[in-house]
Amino acid sequence: MQRSLVLELDVPSSAEYIAIVRLVVASVATARRALADERVDDLKLAVSEACTNAIEANRRVSPAAPVHVEVWESPDRLEVCIEDSGPGFDPDRVASPPPFTDPGRLNFERGLGIPLIRTLVDNAAFVRKQQGTLVRMTVFGGPLDGDDTGTIYMDVSRFSGLPPLAPES
Amino acid sequence: MELGLEVDDSRQPYTVLAVKGEVDVYTAPRLREKLVELVSQGKRQVVVDLEGVEFLDSTGLGVLVGGLKRLRSHDGDLSLVCTQPRILKVFEITGLTNVFSIFASADEAVSMSN
Repeated sequence: MQRSLVLELDVPSSAEYIAIVRLVVASVATARRALADERVDDLKLAVSEACTNAIEANRRVSPAAPVHVEVWESPDRLEVCIEDSGPGFDPDRVASPPPFTDPGRLNFERGLGIPLIRTLVDNAAFVRKQQGTLVRMTVFGGPLDGDDTGTIYMDVSRFSGLPPLAPES
Repeated sequence: MELGLEVDDSRQPYTVLAVKGEVDVYTAPRLREKLVELVSQGKRQVVVDLEGVEFLDSTGLGVLVGGLKRLRSHDGDLSLVCTQPRILKVFEITGLTNVFSIFASADEAVSMSN
């Protein structure tokens, strides 16, 4: 089995859609890969963090642009790619939280997403693109028996059955 | 996606806020608003019960840290109830198990804090 695309998903840059991305990616990981439940939970959380960052990035410069999600699989791994059209950032310049003994730790309410992503998946790459950022998260684990080939394409932004977007708070 | 927020004032001076559902960037503002409301009502000892939480990301952590900071600035405190490994893991990875007092039940949180 070569590296192949198993899911492609475009979601509006709105917070309420993050739960859908979490659910869909976790479903694909559970259905197709031999991963322990705990690893799928870790992937769900990493996906949520990356989507949150992507939506915030898009809303800064191009709120109408969707967040693009792809899931790829290879014999030994699953890769989740989340891409935005935002201004980009340098992941190495994201400040780390102060140690818990530092009273300033309580001022660190944000910025935990990147360290979480790095901890939760086996490999995390942050690729600066011409416009935007691509986050590629890899978890190692072979396929389940009964290989189900085929790619799922979804464009959530074009679903007609979804309720109208709630205003961002 | 609904976020359940239930306030229990039966263990004075403690207020137990039971959270149910998924806490992410979409739902976390409701949790923040509730914590701000409790502080503005004069509550100073708040126990946030996370046993009904199915998912919590860094946005939720940020709201809890903000709540703790707000309460401490009013000479109060915020403690947590959490026994689920998948939720505890998020606190452990971020080092926040050393910032929050985390208990196995609301009763334990109240008795240990006294």
